[in-house]
Amino acid sequence: MSDMTENSATKPPSRLATIWDSDFVWSFRHSPVAIIALLVVMILLLAALFAPWIAPHDPFNPATLNLMNGFTPPGQPNAFTQETFLLGTDDQGRDVFSTILYGLRISLFVGISAVLLAMIIGVVLGLVAAYVGGWTETIIMRVADVQLTFPAILVAMLIFGIAKGITPPEYRNEMAIWVLIVAIALSDWVQFARVVRGAALVEKNKEYVQAARLIGRGPIPIMFRHMLPNVLSPVLVISTISLALAIIAEATLSFLGVGAPPTQPSLGTLIRIGQGYLFSGEWWILLFPSITLLALALSINLLGDWLRDALNPKLR
Amino acid sequence: MLAYIIRRVFQSVIVLLVVGLVAFSMFRFVGDPIDNMLGQERTQADIDRLRTELGLDQPFPVQYFKFLQGAVEGNFGVSYRQGRPVSTIIAERAPATLELALVSGFFAITLGIALGVFTAIRRNGIAANTIMTLSLIGVSLPTFLIGILLIYIFSVELDLLPSFGRGDTVQIGGWSTGFLTASGLKALILPSITLGLYQMTLIMRLVRSEMLEVLRADYVRFARARGLAERAINFRHALKNTLVPVITVTGLQLGSIIAFAIITETVFQWPGVGLLFINAIQFVDIPVMAAYLMLISVMFVGINLIVDLLYFAIDPRLRVDGRTA
Repeated sequence: MSDMTENSATKPPSRLATIWDSDFVWSFRHSPVAIIALLVVMILLLAALFAPWIAPHDPFNPATLNLMNGFTPPGQPNAFTQETFLLGTDDQGRDVFSTILYGLRISLFVGISAVLLAMIIGVVLGLVAAYVGGWTETIIMRVADVQLTFPAILVAMLIFGIAKGITPPEYRNEMAIWVLIVAIALSDWVQFARVVRGAALVEKNKEYVQAARLIGRGPIPIMFRHMLPNVLSPVLVISTISLALAIIAEATLSFLGVGAPPTQPSLGTLIRIGQGYLFSGEWWILLFPSITLLALALSINLLGDWLRDALNPKLR
Repeated sequence: MLAYIIRRVFQSVIVLLVVGLVAFSMFRFVGDPIDNMLGQERTQADIDRLRTELGLDQPFPVQYFKFLQGAVEGNFGVSYRQGRPVSTIIAERAPATLELALVSGFFAITLGIALGVFTAIRRNGIAANTIMTLSLIGVSLPTFLIGILLIYIFSVELDLLPSFGRGDTVQIGGWSTGFLTASGLKALILPSITLGLYQMTLIMRLVRSEMLEVLRADYVRFARARGLAERAINFRHALKNTLVPVITVTGLQLGSIIAFAIITETVFQWPGVGLLFINAIQFVDIPVMAAYLMLISVMFVGINLIVDLLYFAIDPRLRVDGRTA
């Protein structure tokens, strides 16, 4: 897509200029919503990545916590210790800004891992269904259809519940994050499988696939070396929207108390904790994690919308 | 036609059997039922007796068949946590969830259609544009944040409405209703809005786009040429023709209302089936989880079947090759 505008001027344009002038980047440069959304996502991503260096306090190190600092309002010095916290502190004197940074880290880690896992499962099953056909296809797509009739969040909850029942109690907190990733991924692979199968059914009958088959390449290289690159563009669009959904799903599960454990709080867990202080006036414990979650989900959604329009030539 | 119905019903039964197998496997293999039901002080004799009593010594297919038989009769075993039959617990909790779903469904349909028609007619008005923008934000907001926001505004700041529970309920037979007391009705408002908001925006957007399509149609132009009042055109001619897709989408959304009730019930501590399910997950109460899974699947599969058959009745094009769309 980057080298579509090959102009025959006197000097051949540099590679960077070609990318800059491409349709894709052009549509990005002319969409203020997409630019702002990308900016917000990048800031949040960097904040999560460098949380240990940015965070003024380590919220999970009990040695650095001072219970006297509990319930300090944002930006005001604490009555006892005279310490000031940008976004205030929670009941245990943990700096809210720091817990949000670490929470963001967990939310993004779970969301991105879940989408990657869902993508791998969905792409492989979708390709296999389209290429092999027959009974394999019927079974894969039937399972997908049935799963699609149930809301994803319900499927994730059930998987989480079953996994919790299987793991021994002493490992439950450690395993919770991984179980969460698998649960969300298994509730979301259907989208990928359906789209990839649809695209692969078209690719399957193209000449390059027949040529590859004629020269004797096996089904696995044909599927993953030849067909896969040609079905990836819709996958990119879905994965962005899936990421927003996965982050909201994770937050919802953690909020309901069936997700990230209190020892590794994600944004959803923080909102769950903050909800307890809704009536007693400590609004900052609830408000700031909520705003962070909202900003994250909304900007990824907007980015996904833009990407869908930009990669869909029919809408140009 | 008949062949199609039979095939569709057959498929639904297979789906239910598979879900039943999942539920049964949970029941049988997740944790040891005997461990869960007997306390610390138990003898081998106790274990053997309970094993025979529960039929755990029989082969797998026999156990599965007995489980299905029990499920059909509404017998899902005993809750590990409460020590009472699951069917009794669910029967106690069901009215709360059903009333909540009913009110929020009503709210979503009436307001959704009304706002959809309004935004379609006043397409470029300020009010319509504001509603459309707000609906976009509403869709991006997670359900639990909407609930918290409503609690903050109406319970904390304005102190108008209760933030948790059902208020006073009246017992009519086996059904406890919140419709008959003032506090019960007040308690219904915030949870219903929280639960129905997403469906409302969905219906609103659907009605709006269908209306815009229909308003461009020839028969509407003709009605206008005949000099009919705008009101009659909009409601008698246009709206009527947008309702077919709206009805089917609403039908499919019914299931999601019940599923999303889990979130709303947790935010508002609403004593319904959803809260029961979440607590069951937290405490690994397998019989309750299995029963909830079976119930919700019967409902989803049933709704899907009905909607598919409705499509079939409404859209003659589907009859040609008899496949589902």
